Amino acid sequence: MTARTLAVVSAGLSQPSSTRLLADRLSVATSTSLQELGFSPAVEVVELRDLAHDLTDNLLTGFPSPRLESAIEAVVGSDGLIAVTPIFTASYSGLFKTFFDVLEPQALTGKPVLLGATAGTARHSLALEHALRPLFAYLRAVVAPTAVFAASEDWGAGDSPVGRALAERIARAGGELADLMGVERRRPAADPLSTLTPFEQLLSGN
Amino acid sequence: MQFGVFSVSDITTDPTNGRTPSEAERIQAIVTIAKKVEEVGLDVFALGEHHNPPFFSSSPTTTLGFIAAQTSTLLLSTATTLITTNDPVKIAEDYAMLQHLAGGRVDLTLGRGNTGPVYPWFGQDIRNGIPLAVENYALLRRLWTEDVVDWQGKFRTPLQGFTSTPRPLDGVPPFVWHGSIRSPEIAEQAAYYGDGFFHNNIFWPMSHTKQMVGIYRQRFEHYGHGRADQAIVGLGGQVFMRKNSQDAVREFRPYFDNAPVYGHGPSLEDFSAVTPLTVGSPQQVIERYLSFREDVGDYQRQLFLIDHAGLPLKTVLEQLDILGEEVVPVLRRELDALRPAHVPDAPTHASLVAAKGGAQDSTVYAAGDDVTGKAPAVAR
Repeated sequence: MTARTLAVVSAGLSQPSSTRLLADRLSVATSTSLQELGFSPAVEVVELRDLAHDLTDNLLTGFPSPRLESAIEAVVGSDGLIAVTPIFTASYSGLFKTFFDVLEPQALTGKPVLLGATAGTARHSLALEHALRPLFAYLRAVVAPTAVFAASEDWGAGDSPVGRALAERIARAGGELADLMGVERRRPAADPLSTLTPFEQLLSGN
Repeated sequence: MQFGVFSVSDITTDPTNGRTPSEAERIQAIVTIAKKVEEVGLDVFALGEHHNPPFFSSSPTTTLGFIAAQTSTLLLSTATTLITTNDPVKIAEDYAMLQHLAGGRVDLTLGRGNTGPVYPWFGQDIRNGIPLAVENYALLRRLWTEDVVDWQGKFRTPLQGFTSTPRPLDGVPPFVWHGSIRSPEIAEQAAYYGDGFFHNNIFWPMSHTKQMVGIYRQRFEHYGHGRADQAIVGLGGQVFMRKNSQDAVREFRPYFDNAPVYGHGPSLEDFSAVTPLTVGSPQQVIERYLSFREDVGDYQRQLFLIDHAGLPLKTVLEQLDILGEEVVPVLRRELDALRPAHVPDAPTHASLVAAKGGAQDSTVYAAGDDVTGKAPAVAR
């Protein structure tokens, strides 16, 4: 079976965190769909809470700590990404944004991404569409059509229509990401020499 | 191997006593530091260029000219000269003039500058940083090597029959280092011309510096200037030393914690582990700096940053004593012993003159109107 690596970024702050819970559900759904498509998924989870100090340091110094660097490598080098944030003040959390701010500008170009968000009330659900989706559009990621929002009430819904709706949405989103990850994609090159512009070309202004 | 000191010329409050030196004080201090660099047996003093507070050094050639007059062996350089926002004609003139006055004890390091607002103050745009560095340097070289230049480019007024004066001393322009922290294009530029490459090596992990130097070395060989290990590499680095390493850490910590460039970020310990910052005993500094050779190969120039973040002049001078007495002699001996014979030293004016087959007076005597300088090009 062909391997596919799936990176999961969770920006939840409490432990346990409903954001992480949603991230895990999305991860399982995607992995299941990947297996159905004949791929062998490998999941790597990045908990931004553990990297909060490293992220601030990166903002101040301009370079990542070794720990943050390996998290960045896991995300940039993956075949697909699940990005989940709590909604704070009508948008993604600052911690979530900081992680994507410290990536190289082209790092997520062409990357299949599934978006998720959590909040206390369903009234925040459109933040996925008015905040997260534009962010990943700017990064030129390939974002799955379905984004998954889970409010507090969804977790207690059980096998009711509300609870089933969330489960169905998670399954559909995971299937969409798996489909996107099934396609071979060109990755940005990690080796700076392979993207080096020869000097004659620089001189001629190209 | 050349050793020296480079300064960014910041005026920073001493966090241990709340005292901020005046510009006058700090400018005189830099002269004192430069003279001390020569006195303790180091080779190079390099001064940065900035056009915004808290930095005082907007005019490195004036400062270096003043220092040149009070020193006799010290090699004067910059860290860096802004090739993006300075007119390349003025750079050609200023550094040729300094070269004459300093008897050839001059080279320079070109950089782009990293502060966005500075560019528009000089009519430029930071988004053109790389194209400006490429075009301006191409013109600068021509102004130094060709007596009469016709030129047209994208960023500057065209030149017709222009002669930059004074001509370089003995017909040999100052050696140029290209400084870059993270732009492969600048490593490529240094390699293309066979010039030196300087990595500031202060803010970033050694793994990154190693990668940048690797690109430069590989491309230096590609362009036929020699083998990759013969390329001319300079590194920065930052140290703070006391006899006992605990004393060094205790004394330096408040300066580190409040330093404008990295203060309030990673801990001193974390930052020291990842970047070349070394705070400890002279022996620890020696061991750390000997290890750089394993990362970047045999290199030609090591500059230390020792005077920033509000450190008082007295402390800086003590650091220079330690460098001169205990650290640099050992590093010099060890690194020179390890360096294979085919790896060259950093070029100096004397070595460049010798390589050219001797000194030539390159004075251009214009015919005609010698008052306004509007004479036609001299037939040669």
